[in-house]
Amino acid sequence: MAAHFIQFQDIKKQFGALEVLKGVNLSITQGQVTVVIGKSGTGKSVLLKHIVGLIHQDSGQLLIQGEPLDRLSKEKLRRFKNKTSYMFQDNALFDFLTVFDNIALPLKETSKIADAVLQQKVHARMTQLGIDGIDHKYPSELSGGMRKRVALARALVTDPEVILFDEPTTGLDPIRKKDVHTMIKAYQKQFGFTAVIVSHDIPHIFDLAQHIALLDDGIIIFEGSQQDLLRSETPEVQAFIQGKTSMEHE
Amino acid sequence: MITGYIEAIGSIFTRFAGSVGRFFLFFVSGVNQIFSTPVQTGKILDHIWFIGAKSVFVILLTGLFTGMVLGLQGYYTLVTFGSEAALGTAVSLTLIRELGPVLGAIMVTARAGSAMAAEIGVMRMSEQIDALFTMQIDPVRFVFTPRLLAAVLSFPLLTALFDMVGIFGGYLSGSLFLGINEAVYMDRVINSVKLIDIWGGFFKSLVFAVVVTTICCYRGYYSHVNRQGAYGAKAVSLATTSAVVQSCVCVLICDYVITSFLV
Repeated sequence: MAAHFIQFQDIKKQFGALEVLKGVNLSITQGQVTVVIGKSGTGKSVLLKHIVGLIHQDSGQLLIQGEPLDRLSKEKLRRFKNKTSYMFQDNALFDFLTVFDNIALPLKETSKIADAVLQQKVHARMTQLGIDGIDHKYPSELSGGMRKRVALARALVTDPEVILFDEPTTGLDPIRKKDVHTMIKAYQKQFGFTAVIVSHDIPHIFDLAQHIALLDDGIIIFEGSQQDLLRSETPEVQAFIQGKTSMEHE
Repeated sequence: MITGYIEAIGSIFTRFAGSVGRFFLFFVSGVNQIFSTPVQTGKILDHIWFIGAKSVFVILLTGLFTGMVLGLQGYYTLVTFGSEAALGTAVSLTLIRELGPVLGAIMVTARAGSAMAAEIGVMRMSEQIDALFTMQIDPVRFVFTPRLLAAVLSFPLLTALFDMVGIFGGYLSGSLFLGINEAVYMDRVINSVKLIDIWGGFFKSLVFAVVVTTICCYRGYYSHVNRQGAYGAKAVSLATTSAVVQSCVCVLICDYVITSFLV
């Protein structure tokens, strides 16, 4: 059985009077694609941001390979962060940098890398993602789909072992959405990274999910496979799936 | 009722202490990163271009007219005492000791400081600063340190330019338009300005560079933290406004404090 790489144990988070996470328990398995689904505004992104330290829990524990994240030694924390990439919902590309510089940034700023190797690494990722020839363009000159690819190239350029995707298909048309899903699936298969995807794009997201968690009202109300989810008789789970499905049929 | 007042005062004090602490941590962290390698030469040069070179025109313009106004006002004040020959002294010392560094800093705040706060504020709102954090890139080192170094290099040079053009402005209005002997004007400029005046002016400009850049970058960096609870465009606009206002006020306060030690 694959090891639990990241574990949320009774994680609670409150912003002012608003209780967002009310005791989340969730296990993320190494090398798998875990998809966290749930209604908009239920705290899915907040959950994801805990893993990279952008948000700290009020209580509960976040375990990385069995060790609490906040008690990891500096070296272990650095190593974990080095092998983790985050793809933001709105891409968070640097609008004052060209596409090439955006993708090269994590390598340039965090390692002493020879220029030729840098060029080769960045161009290799650009070719894999089908964004060749746009090195000198700025993000504002690109379409939404292209920007997603650039963001994905930036996330992949450091050869991470964990990639966190925060609603990777928001704002894309159905064809582009499918493209992004296919891309993530293909690269996860190729590179074997652990992926955590936050999305409410069902049922399309099920194509790449190996493990699904449903976040509702600040807690995980379901965890399991796609088949388990569809078979679940929990009223909240059914309501969420049917609600989404009926909307898609409209 | 009394408890309510005490709570309100306590809350104001806590917020203030928190802001001061955050500000100094931001500043110390930025200064600390100056000594980390690799040196961000490219970024520093980019910011020297933006803060320094691109401010030259506005400095030339304000310097020239400030000098001309000083020449004009100084002439009509001095002439009543029959001391119009001292115009060169009045113009040059006023510019080098006070107006050059102060007005120069205020003009650069208006032009480059506001842009720094807005740019970093937009980076915060569009999660670019969070992205830096997730990439293991120190955001303070990335957004603040190069700007701080660029400002420390640019401000004294801009002040020198302001002083020179201002003295020329005084010459234009005093000698060319109002008829003070050119040689007398220049002789008074050369003989009344001591090296200590120039050092004092440069010291002020260095302090102003640090003050303006730290406040503007800090405001942009923490644009999401504001009392109004604003976010997005509104938060960036609030950050930019407070960056400019606080920078200008702090420049004037620092000017008084430094002058009181220099005189």
